[in-house]
Amino acid sequence: MRAVDGVDIEVAPGEIYAFLGPNGAGKTTTVRVLTTLLRPTGGSARVAGHDVVAEAAEVRRSIGVALQEAALDPLMTGRELIRLQATLHGLPRRTGVERGEALLRRVGLEQAADRRVGTYSGGMRRRLDLASALVHEPEVLFLDEPTTGLDPVSRKDIWEEVSALNAEGTTVFLTTQYLEEADRLANRVGIIDAGRIVAEGTPASLKAEVGRPHLELGLADGRAEDAERVLAGLGRPLPPKEGKVLVEVAGGASDVAKVVRALDEAGIVVESLDLMEPTLDDVFVAKTGYHIEGDEEETGEHEVAAET
Amino acid sequence: MNARVVAALGGRSVRQTFRRPQLMAPIIVFPTLLLAIQTGGAGRAVDLPGFPQVDGFLDFMLAGAMIQATLLAGNSGGIALAVDIEMGFTDRLLAAPISRFALVLGRLAGTAALGAVAALWFIALGLVFGASIHEGVPGAIAIVILVSLTAVAFGGIGSAIALRTGSASIVQGLFPLVFVILFLSSAFFPANLMLDPAATVAEYNPLSFITEGVRELVISTLTAEAFWKAAASLCGIGLLSLGLSNLALRRRLRTGG
Repeated sequence: MRAVDGVDIEVAPGEIYAFLGPNGAGKTTTVRVLTTLLRPTGGSARVAGHDVVAEAAEVRRSIGVALQEAALDPLMTGRELIRLQATLHGLPRRTGVERGEALLRRVGLEQAADRRVGTYSGGMRRRLDLASALVHEPEVLFLDEPTTGLDPVSRKDIWEEVSALNAEGTTVFLTTQYLEEADRLANRVGIIDAGRIVAEGTPASLKAEVGRPHLELGLADGRAEDAERVLAGLGRPLPPKEGKVLVEVAGGASDVAKVVRALDEAGIVVESLDLMEPTLDDVFVAKTGYHIEGDEEETGEHEVAAET
Repeated sequence: MNARVVAALGGRSVRQTFRRPQLMAPIIVFPTLLLAIQTGGAGRAVDLPGFPQVDGFLDFMLAGAMIQATLLAGNSGGIALAVDIEMGFTDRLLAAPISRFALVLGRLAGTAALGAVAALWFIALGLVFGASIHEGVPGAIAIVILVSLTAVAFGGIGSAIALRTGSASIVQGLFPLVFVILFLSSAFFPANLMLDPAATVAEYNPLSFITEGVRELVISTLTAEAFWKAAASLCGIGLLSLGLSNLALRRRLRTGG
């Protein structure tokens, strides 16, 4: 059985590329191939300029990997893990210690560094995993579902860290089933479904493919026809919905002021106004015919472990 | 092969064993209990005609206890490796720019260290309870080395099964088999006093040759014949188990599971 087929991706240096898809779509398989953990049965892939099969060792030297479910040994302490990672990447002992300590500070785990990983919360584990993936200062960072199962606060922490790393020049390839994560972090998004890429582009361009932003206006005095006449010059009218006047506005939020001013000048009182923009979920539905399941689930885990 | 990486992984393996009682218990507690029960209950076996010349039954049993501990250390190492596979920790190692066989060698370095710990424990226990090492300190050092190498050789089998199956419960399921192999050797009883077919199996069981090598260092002087038989058995089992581990690792890397 082919887990992925016809996946053709190019990620530019310094980019954050999000691989978006539901469970079982082929995201992890793709990451395992790109990180040399799985030998492809066909096709080719190059990471940081190196072939993943013929130059696997060079690829491994160039990448940092934080895998799904944070594969950490619960019996090790955070400090032990990060030092082991430094040894695995051939850093001199002193450099490994210094860099490990700096990374533990960076991810806010210096106080918990001598505790066993088994006592860490989900968010702390992910931060440790991220720190250990960075110990050798990789060119390319692979993050396989870095925030799955995390509470919103931990998720935000990881996002901020990933953005900061990218700002420092690290290329990031992340897989996610969270639309918001892809939308917020990625320069470009590839949507994968059943092992195939079904759409690819910047979040804005993907959203533009499925529709433009529109305003939904609730009017106090029911002057819908007057409002439509006023708004005709500002955007494309859409069929009314639930008594509301709808108008497509190319400029999105920047057109709101113009619309309100025009209606006010015409003496039409606006009771409610909603700016509706296409989401990546709309893109996903348009491309696959169904909603992505992972994004609908509530985050399950809450940080309960105290950092002492 | 980077020795520093192997040492670091070996160190982790030892710490992991000490921090997980269910891995440590089979290496020290079970063999110690069995040694106490057998020495206390079957001590008069030394009076049987044909029993080797020993100062006491404990002297005879020490080698068996050490070999039992090494086999169980190898099994525990296999379980720990399978747990690493199950929780994805091996992926962390495989994604690093190291020789992939270092994953096996690191685990076996830890198993060797645990074998040395077990040997030292049983030597100390024997000395406390009246046994003596016939060959003295050099003999004790030779015992530690021999037992550590035995741990590596048999640990390779645990690693091969862990890599092939990726299942800690399957490796754990081999636990009873360890005792079958032990009881079908001269670890706990002289082969010449067993009944057939057990006697014949024990006579040719490589574990018997290894046990006799250790035992001779405890109770008398290691003869050249015993040394070569033990060395050949260790080499044979070691090469076989490392070869199987290598094959299992390659298959895992090729198929991803």
